[in-house]
Amino acid sequence: MSTTLEETLAQALQAIAAATELNQLDQVRVDYLGKKGFFTLQMKELGALDPEQRRSVGQVINTAKNEFQQQLEQKKTALETVALEQRLANESVDVTLSGRGQAVAGLHPVTMTLRRINKIFASVGFNVVEGPEIEDDYHNFGALNIPAHHPARAMHDTFYFDAHTVLRTHTSPVQIRVMESEKPPLKVIAPGRVYRCDSDLTHSPMFHQVEGFLVDTDVSFSDLKGVIYEFLRAFFEKDIQVRFRPSYFPFTEPSAEVDIECVMCGGAGCRVCSHTGWLEVMGCGMIHPEVFKSVGIDNEQFSGFAFGMGVERLAMLRYGINDLRLFFENDLKFLQQFN
Amino acid sequence: MQISEAWLRELVNPAISSAELVAQLTMAGLEIDSITPVAAEFSGVVVGEVLEMEKHPDADKLRVCKVAVGEAEPLQIVCGASNVRVGLKIPAALCGAVLPGDFKIKKSKLRGVESFGMLCSEKELGLADDAQGLMELAADAPVGINIRDYLQLNDNVLEVDLTPNRADCLSVEGLAREVAVLNTLDWSPVNFANAPVNHQDTLEIKIAAPEACPRYLGRLIKGVNPKAEVPLWMVEKLRRSGQRSLGILVDVTNYVLLELGQPLHAFDAAKLTGAMTVRYGNDGEELALLNDQTIKLDTESLVIADDKQALALAGVMGGSATAVSDSTTNVFLECAFFTPALIAGKARKFGLHTDSSHRFERGVDPFLQHRAIERATQLIVEIAGGSVGVINEVTNTATVPARTPVTLRKQRLAKILSVEFADETVSGIFQRLGMHVETVADGWQVTPPGFRFDIAIEADLIEEVARIVGYNQLPSTRLLLRSELGKAPEATLTLERVQDLLVDKGYQEAITYSFVDEEIQQLIAPNETVVRLQNPISSELSVMRTSLWCGLLRAALYNTNRQQNRVRLFETGLRFINVDGETKQEKMLAGLALGSVNTEQWGEKTRKVDFFDMKADIEALSSLVACQFTYTAAKHPALHPGQSAQITNAAGETVGWMGMLHPTLEKKLGFDHQVFLFELNQDLILQRQVPRFAPLSKFPSVRRDMALIVNENISAQQIIDCIHACNETTIQKVMIFDIYRGQGIETNHKSVAVSLQLQNFTQTLTDSEIDAIFSRVLETLTRTIGAKLRD
Repeated sequence: MSTTLEETLAQALQAIAAATELNQLDQVRVDYLGKKGFFTLQMKELGALDPEQRRSVGQVINTAKNEFQQQLEQKKTALETVALEQRLANESVDVTLSGRGQAVAGLHPVTMTLRRINKIFASVGFNVVEGPEIEDDYHNFGALNIPAHHPARAMHDTFYFDAHTVLRTHTSPVQIRVMESEKPPLKVIAPGRVYRCDSDLTHSPMFHQVEGFLVDTDVSFSDLKGVIYEFLRAFFEKDIQVRFRPSYFPFTEPSAEVDIECVMCGGAGCRVCSHTGWLEVMGCGMIHPEVFKSVGIDNEQFSGFAFGMGVERLAMLRYGINDLRLFFENDLKFLQQFN
Repeated sequence: MQISEAWLRELVNPAISSAELVAQLTMAGLEIDSITPVAAEFSGVVVGEVLEMEKHPDADKLRVCKVAVGEAEPLQIVCGASNVRVGLKIPAALCGAVLPGDFKIKKSKLRGVESFGMLCSEKELGLADDAQGLMELAADAPVGINIRDYLQLNDNVLEVDLTPNRADCLSVEGLAREVAVLNTLDWSPVNFANAPVNHQDTLEIKIAAPEACPRYLGRLIKGVNPKAEVPLWMVEKLRRSGQRSLGILVDVTNYVLLELGQPLHAFDAAKLTGAMTVRYGNDGEELALLNDQTIKLDTESLVIADDKQALALAGVMGGSATAVSDSTTNVFLECAFFTPALIAGKARKFGLHTDSSHRFERGVDPFLQHRAIERATQLIVEIAGGSVGVINEVTNTATVPARTPVTLRKQRLAKILSVEFADETVSGIFQRLGMHVETVADGWQVTPPGFRFDIAIEADLIEEVARIVGYNQLPSTRLLLRSELGKAPEATLTLERVQDLLVDKGYQEAITYSFVDEEIQQLIAPNETVVRLQNPISSELSVMRTSLWCGLLRAALYNTNRQQNRVRLFETGLRFINVDGETKQEKMLAGLALGSVNTEQWGEKTRKVDFFDMKADIEALSSLVACQFTYTAAKHPALHPGQSAQITNAAGETVGWMGMLHPTLEKKLGFDHQVFLFELNQDLILQRQVPRFAPLSKFPSVRRDMALIVNENISAQQIIDCIHACNETTIQKVMIFDIYRGQGIETNHKSVAVSLQLQNFTQTLTDSEIDAIFSRVLETLTRTIGAKLRD
């Protein structure tokens, strides 16, 4: 190898070693391998030599060039690795910091409860129907076998607009409205707001109920019991004890109150269940013949059951809420607990 | 109703514990709300009599007594009570006695004098919260007898919560009848011998309202001793039913009401003039009642009157003018039956509710009056003496409630309860309930007794069988529901989906009252006619909301007053508006946002929520239903005039409103934030188009931007509408991506950067085609809204 070539290769290798950035290294490549680079020019000059010389000199140049290229590649890889590591180091973040953007809020616990009730009944084909909240006296009382001055009216502290227009005191008028317009078989639940003129620790002037009813041929009290059992067990997701107590509603006969084993104490007796071990959760019964009569359904051909439950009460038991008033204060600290 | 368990057990005494009795009644539909012992636990206290009394040698206030306690020798007991005296009978706690609070009585020395027990007050025995001195027992109290036995303190008060259909159980006898049925026991009604009649004098009775008063019995008892001491047993039974002793005459009527369920009234006969008449009131006629309330009668009020005036509100309450007192010697006893439907509501009309009205409204046995007046007479005469007159009875048989037979079909009973009962089981239940049963071809014919007003149809009989057998003994079946396939409507969106979207956009669901403060309502919607409640719970909840904003604003204030500086709420529900005199109930969806747009977070500047943040949320809603809403600047009384939009759908219907709360309202309501609101009609936002596929173009799309200078009053919508109006089918999308005002733009003008996305379905657009479209659009913009291309 000629001295010039040797020196040049040494210089070139030095230049590779000296490069600390990829762009410097690329400049080195251009200097030696570019169009006007040392090795390119050397190869061009080979043409002027005789064939014998051309081969031997060419070999020498190629060896030097290969040596250079090899070192260049190595250096490139090394510099790229360093650059990548640098990037990775620069781009690393504190993954424990919170994410940014809009936070997700939540539904009101009453809505959550209503949705679950609807879902359980809808799964076996109950239709969800809504009705007006300002009701006429006939749908709220008369058609439900509660004539004027009936003592049962005194149990409903009614808000009046005029002598014949009220805020519905229960969701039962929806039962009448559906039966007036549709023919059996019927499977309906009617959720919604109801109103009673009463406000204290345990009463809210507005609350929610779900009315449900089923009318078909051959519907019996045992069917009612079965549906209620299954509903309550599905709702509380627990194989709870359920009992039926005779009661009185003008629009059902026989009528029953439904108690469940206290979900707070498991039936042992506590403050919530007044130490009885039982909690009243809903009313139900077989639809009264007078009700069928007022909507023109044949009481001999059809029978049916109806039930009604207080949604806040179920929500309180489900989520352990201890104060009814919290539902309508809309304190974010309360609402956000259900997000 | 409150009743003593011991009293009940006098009539029927099943061998079950108090707790079992309570459970049994509750499960038979006669709910026992509570059971409370009449006295605290204590022992070792007997009836004592003070035989001798001396002053304590070393203490002024103490007495040294010799007390007989039924043992061989009297006991020496030191006592400090001021009412202690020789001959007094008192409860004496002997050594070894344990008083309430685990207080043990031992032999002790008081200032050097030995004491072998303690004389007790009612407070010390846990019978009263407070007491002045020793408890004074009746003079005939037998010395030495255990005080718990003497006062019958091993007893409980049962609080019975009866449903309105079971008026027959509003008495000790009524409950005893049920207990007997439930335990298959015999029982006998209260047994007594009628007092013999001593004279024939009576008052004439006239019934001017036979439909309301089918039966009226009256009797004069002369020469009673109004101050006769009421016997302890009666005082105690009344006390345990929550009644104070008010003198023998009133006590007897109260006692018979509790015992038999028949309300009676005692008039002072000396204060009566002429005949007793049951009639309707006259308009304007006044009646001073026993509770010192003077009521104005009308022609619907049923009264008992004499020849001079109205004396009592029939079946509800007596009047003060003819009330018995401790100077009454001649009594006129009234014992009547009033028709439930005609007595109902009469008490409530005057804000009254009495034991009497409670029973008459629900139904008193129309065949009970004779026995009840005899029972009251017997008790009065036995305790207070007197000369008994004949019973004057006026009955209008035609209006006495008839008890018609009800047929129960065996097959119907089995169908409804899913059980086949033995015939004897069914007829046995009815018989024990006091009903008359006849077996007929396919079941039973049952005639209810007078005291049952709730047995009128077959279903009532089915309930009786179910009730006595026990609801929990009846089968429970898994209903094989006859089902059709469910529906999956696609042209309406569910409200749930919309609620979920808002929740995901950071809106917390609120539920507020449907009735609101009229003042706030007036501020928000001064032009709406309100629907007003007749009897609101308070003036702050007196009108029905015409907008969900009323409740949301209140809820937001509740939270900002509690250190919440970022509030996002939504609510769904009805609003109530008056349209041409008709109340319309419209389903609405409303939202509110105030404070920073996001929760405070690192690495981002906090920014207040603004109009366009909320608009983006509504646009997200409309994209759910693939509907294009139009936002038009319009004025709303609740909103900032420069930041309020009326939202309409393609059909031109008003979907709702959005905007910033008017600064005046912001201040009036007490906010120190800008508040943004929206309210949309649910029905209009839930309608959607079922998606329809459109073919895709294979050719590339091109974007061209233009910067337009337009007058400040040209809205974005106008520019977009104008471009759409060019009917260039290749324009696929128009978007405004920047607005610039300031240097280089003349005043009252703005630069609006618009991008057009162009695509053709049949070929790739050439530059010259694009240029041609571009200049046609620009030409239209210039012509229609005066737009110029920015240099």
